[in-house]
Amino acid sequence: MAKNVTRSPKGPRKQEVKASTPAQVAALSICARHGNKPDELLEIFHEMQHELGYVPEDTLPVIATALNRSRAEIYGVLTFYHEFHRHPVGKHIVKICRAEACQSMGTEELCRHAEARLNIPLGGTTADGTVTIEQVFCLGNCALSPAVMVGEKLYGRVDPERFDEIIAGLEKEAAE
Amino acid sequence: MITVFVPCDAAALSMGADDVATAIASEAKKRKANVRIVRNGSRGMLYLEPLVEVETPKGRVAYGPVAAKDVVSLFDAGFLEGKSHKLGHGLTEEIPYFKNQERLTFARCGITDPFSLEDYRKYGGYDGLAKALAMKPIDIINEVTTSGLRGRGGAGFPTGIKWKTVHDLASNQKYVACNADEGDSGTFADRMLMEGDPFCLIEGMTIAAVAGGATKGYIYVRSEYPHSVHNLRKAIEIAREANWLGDNIQGSGYSFDLFVRMGAGAYICGEETSMLESIEGKRGLVRYKPPIPAIEGLFGKPTIINNVMSFAAVPIILAKGGEFYKNYGVGRSRGTLAFQLAGNIKRGGLVEKAFGVTTRQLIEDWGGGTHSGRPARAVQVGGPLGAYLPESKFDVPMDYEEFVKIDAMVGHGGLVVFDDTVDMAQQARFAMEFCAIESCGKCTPCRIGSTRGVEVIDKIIADIDREKNVALLEDLCVTMTDGSLCALGGLTPLPVRSALHEFPDDFHKPAPNKFLADAAE
Ligand SMILES: Cc1cc2nc3c(=O)[nH]c(=O)nc-3n(C[C@H](O)[C@H](O)[C@H](O)COP(=O)(O)O)c2cc1C
Ligand code: SF4
Ligand code: FES
Repeated sequence: MAKNVTRSPKGPRKQEVKASTPAQVAALSICARHGNKPDELLEIFHEMQHELGYVPEDTLPVIATALNRSRAEIYGVLTFYHEFHRHPVGKHIVKICRAEACQSMGTEELCRHAEARLNIPLGGTTADGTVTIEQVFCLGNCALSPAVMVGEKLYGRVDPERFDEIIAGLEKEAAE
Repeated sequence: MITVFVPCDAAALSMGADDVATAIASEAKKRKANVRIVRNGSRGMLYLEPLVEVETPKGRVAYGPVAAKDVVSLFDAGFLEGKSHKLGHGLTEEIPYFKNQERLTFARCGITDPFSLEDYRKYGGYDGLAKALAMKPIDIINEVTTSGLRGRGGAGFPTGIKWKTVHDLASNQKYVACNADEGDSGTFADRMLMEGDPFCLIEGMTIAAVAGGATKGYIYVRSEYPHSVHNLRKAIEIAREANWLGDNIQGSGYSFDLFVRMGAGAYICGEETSMLESIEGKRGLVRYKPPIPAIEGLFGKPTIINNVMSFAAVPIILAKGGEFYKNYGVGRSRGTLAFQLAGNIKRGGLVEKAFGVTTRQLIEDWGGGTHSGRPARAVQVGGPLGAYLPESKFDVPMDYEEFVKIDAMVGHGGLVVFDDTVDMAQQARFAMEFCAIESCGKCTPCRIGSTRGVEVIDKIIADIDREKNVALLEDLCVTMTDGSLCALGGLTPLPVRSALHEFPDDFHKPAPNKFLADAAE
């Protein structure tokens, strides 16, 4: 285990890493905060997403160099997890639970309603960039389903009416 | 000074608990009432959240579900003295839902301030570890073995045996890893404990570390649980400062430190080897076994991996003895399980009860039937890989072995209720769809089979060569069961086949419309 096939046998552990875009600069400082440790890659991606909204493609080579891993490995990790975004997304991410408990309380209708209300499919971002809607599978609020999460805020018993109130709140905030 | 409790559990927050706490604070100020607000965990009566409690000389009095707009009327009615109100339920401990439980793991959850070590100690916290620190590691393991504790994360493997394997190995480094991925729909017990009584998990993991000889531990929490992540990190910090974690714990000579790692929205990372890969910063691909993780686990070192509920059961086992715990339960299913009532149910929440209780008791006695008021038609037990039970099977006692006999599984103890409007062909289709989305991609039957499964079920629904396609679906299920490396591909046939066999009518309806039938062709 923990064999690292991509590490060059003789190569120096530390290579000079050049950052030329702001995103690359941010990526490198986040990597450094994590001691450039490859096992903290998920934490690194989480923080990048928190700071930049997504993980830009052009940061992958510098992350690879900083962590002494191949680009393919870094890319492979990024694309494996549903949570990470490779492209810019809306200011607010609205996650709608589509798992069984929420299904039993009408989440499929809620999803159709959300798509119609925002005029985008699940996974889409509104034209003004305010909201991205995503499907997720279980938010741990299954006794109060259907459940929705906006950023880190969880909502229970979300019917179309409550959904509209949540969205109206986000739109109002964006307009201010 | 009057103490008022307003939960900070994510489910309570989802129903406005923060607003309620703010409203109570400002109303108390306005009325010059001397009120102290404690943010406790949840009592598990989620249908009453936010459940506000007031401490009175007679005990804690409950009001719920409270909205911010109810606060003025609560003050007017004298709720600070525990007086009656239309949202009142009397003494919390006397509410039948709560009273008729057997709370061992959740004994403190909802009662204490999750970040108060003083509260924790007052209600028996760290008694188990204090005992363990004075015992030989092998005696700790014997106590856990005696208790009959089996893994609460789904597979039900005896916890003592796992620990013994790690204990017996010589290694310069060993780990303890807690599986807090809790990806199953209908489950929230891990989340409730991490938010409502985090020290209990920390204590259980520390006991495991002492028993197995580990000095470092990780808790892998799913990213859908940001509140759990915050609460755990804060509690770990507090425990560290009080020397319940770190070097030379309470002067015992044992050292153990603990870290939280956050997942990133992949169900498969709940599978233990996939979780290890993920903690190591890699793609969550399932590893071939052997070697088992107890022998070669995290970073290739011996690792004790358990679910949150398994670790959290350990402190009381050590504090009161393995025999005490074993006296709960039936057959080879010992102790209690945190049953979780979810979906279309009137009184959803957490019911901790000894094994042997039936689905019907849980749904009817505790749950009060469906939320919609219509008859319950199907219950999925044990998460998305669990079987759908028809009404005729509601009286089978909850017991690992009894459930295997009826081609079902207890799993993590989640029950998701559906009323009679459910379309079971759609539920079967979803099981395949879920597997297709969440497959790690390592084996063909799971990766490709699940996508084919969706297509075949679509054809059945559209009435295209129905008999042939039903036979094909059965065949596909056998291939997935036999040809998958892990239980995602291996168990997806369980919900599919239970839907097909127990609810055949739903697969034999007239085609929804001709257009759809043509499209599926
Ligand atoms: C697809 C899949 C998902 C799983 N998800 C979880 C999970 O979310 N939490 C968990 O504790 N165990 C989960 N398991 C079971 C773990 O692999 C493992 O058996 C368990 O964590 C061991 O701990 P225990 O012995 O305390 O149950 C999952 C297994 C599979 C195959
Ligand atoms: S059964 Fe599916 S999830 Fe499990 S190892 Fe195979 S491909 Fe991966
Ligand atoms: S199934 Fe939707 S929150 Fe659990």
